[in-house]
Amino acid sequence: MKRLPTALLLAPALIVTVGLTGGAVALGFARSFGVQPFGISAPTTEAWVEAAHLSGLLGSVGMTLWVASVATLLSGLLGVAAALGLQTMLAGVHFRRLAAVLVQLNLAVPHVVIAVGTLFLLAQSGLAARTAFAVGLIDRPAEFPALVADPLAFGVIAGYAIKEAPFVATVVLVQLAILGGKPAAVARSLGANRWQAFRHVLLPMIAPGLLAALAVVFAFALGAYEMPAVLGASRPKLLPVLAYDLFTSKDLADRPVAIALSLMTAAFAFATIAGLRLLLRAPGHGR
Amino acid sequence: MTERGTGLPARLAGALLAALFLAPLLPLIPWSLSRGWFWPALLPVVDGRAWAALLDPSTGMLGAAATSAGVAAAVALVATAIAVPAGLALGRRRFRGKGLLELCLLAPAALPAIAVAMGLHAIFLRLGLAGSATGVALAHLAPTLPYAILTVTAAAAADDGRRERVARTLGAGPGRTFLLVTLPALMPGIATGLAFAFIVSWSQYGLTLLIGGGRVVTLPLILTQFLAAGRNDIGAVAAIVTVVPGVAVLALAAPFVTRLLPAAGRRG
Repeated sequence: MKRLPTALLLAPALIVTVGLTGGAVALGFARSFGVQPFGISAPTTEAWVEAAHLSGLLGSVGMTLWVASVATLLSGLLGVAAALGLQTMLAGVHFRRLAAVLVQLNLAVPHVVIAVGTLFLLAQSGLAARTAFAVGLIDRPAEFPALVADPLAFGVIAGYAIKEAPFVATVVLVQLAILGGKPAAVARSLGANRWQAFRHVLLPMIAPGLLAALAVVFAFALGAYEMPAVLGASRPKLLPVLAYDLFTSKDLADRPVAIALSLMTAAFAFATIAGLRLLLRAPGHGR
Repeated sequence: MTERGTGLPARLAGALLAALFLAPLLPLIPWSLSRGWFWPALLPVVDGRAWAALLDPSTGMLGAAATSAGVAAAVALVATAIAVPAGLALGRRRFRGKGLLELCLLAPAALPAIAVAMGLHAIFLRLGLAGSATGVALAHLAPTLPYAILTVTAAAAADDGRRERVARTLGAGPGRTFLLVTLPALMPGIATGLAFAFIVSWSQYGLTLLIGGGRVVTLPLILTQFLAAGRNDIGAVAAIVTVVPGVAVLALAAPFVTRLLPAAGRRG
């Protein structure tokens, strides 16, 4: 039977991935070194030097890492808790289907909508503050803690945690479904309490999938623009917002600097995922 | 799984978390109903002006919805069409360097969209693609293609292609076999891929903003524009309108997604 060559089947996907996406990264890289696509110019490291000396860069980098780390941790905790809660509620039911519905609904809500919703919820005159007033906790909006555009970026973190926790929950639910009830039941029959059965039996078994999901969340929270653009403070700006503002500034000389920053963020995101893959593949991991 | 009937606390925790995940969508409803939802009212004085603005052509809301739908539909179709042959190759064939290739094809999903946008910006300007819906759709292929490839590959791997060989033995030509055997077998992957690609494109923000240069206005963009203009009510309407089609598309694809999931489970 004659088959189409594998290379031909893969060609369109490769053209888009290598040509368009890879090309974008390559062109950005070239431009950050001062090489224009259609001009003749000598490469220069000016933009990278300038990016490295940007005032407040350290604050931005620190803040971006803080937001991504705490958001990842929170979505991990909430996601695992939600998965275990759902699993208990749905013991004996086809909860895989419900897990699918859960992640699907969440997937269908764009980040910018969650960002704006979180703004309406947590701002000092938002729904949470109004509820606090209604039950007599506060008298004026100013008495409600500043959770949006705040120095610790709590609003951005909350937005990411709410958006990504259901994603983590679904990955965990699918893993639990694959494992089945036996491992936990055996641990329980050998005298482990519920927490011990989870901590020492289930958690190690779901760890690879959980960590992979968390790496995706971390990488995303490092590089996404809309959540910090809507919920973040103007100082220090998170890296994606800093890069965007530089790219769209009136001074065209800022553009290569902006590209350098966005490539740096991308490299960080990839390093996280690649590092995790290596870690999970390392000998002696699976125990 | 864990023993039955356990824990009111666990049930409560589950319910609380479900409420938490939906909490940001809640204030969109009162805001969409009232131009001035003033502190400290919990309920708005309903005026319906924002919903009227949705239908008023001069606000650009309908135009933004049409642009969003056109771009996302085109992106979903093209990405899935590209993903079908690639998914067949990745899901059914063995070849050297397959693992690395799969990684390369999926990696763009982890690439920050603004890095892609900034890289494409200069060349798209040069080619006249910046500021056009075509350019925006082309750029959206970068973050959407990995999702389409992932779902079609999963569907292709769940079926070993034996039925194609049977069809060929029974005398069906390659075209007929592809249309009547291969495509139906891939349907769960194709439907899910279309839905995911549509939603990923529909949700893009920074990429659309940079490549569209303010001239291609999609729903996520008009939403923040009205917010910046102090019209929280129209912004809330735009946010609600932004959520609905994605949910609808996923609801349509749901039967196919659940057919993909157990397949993934069996392999594990």
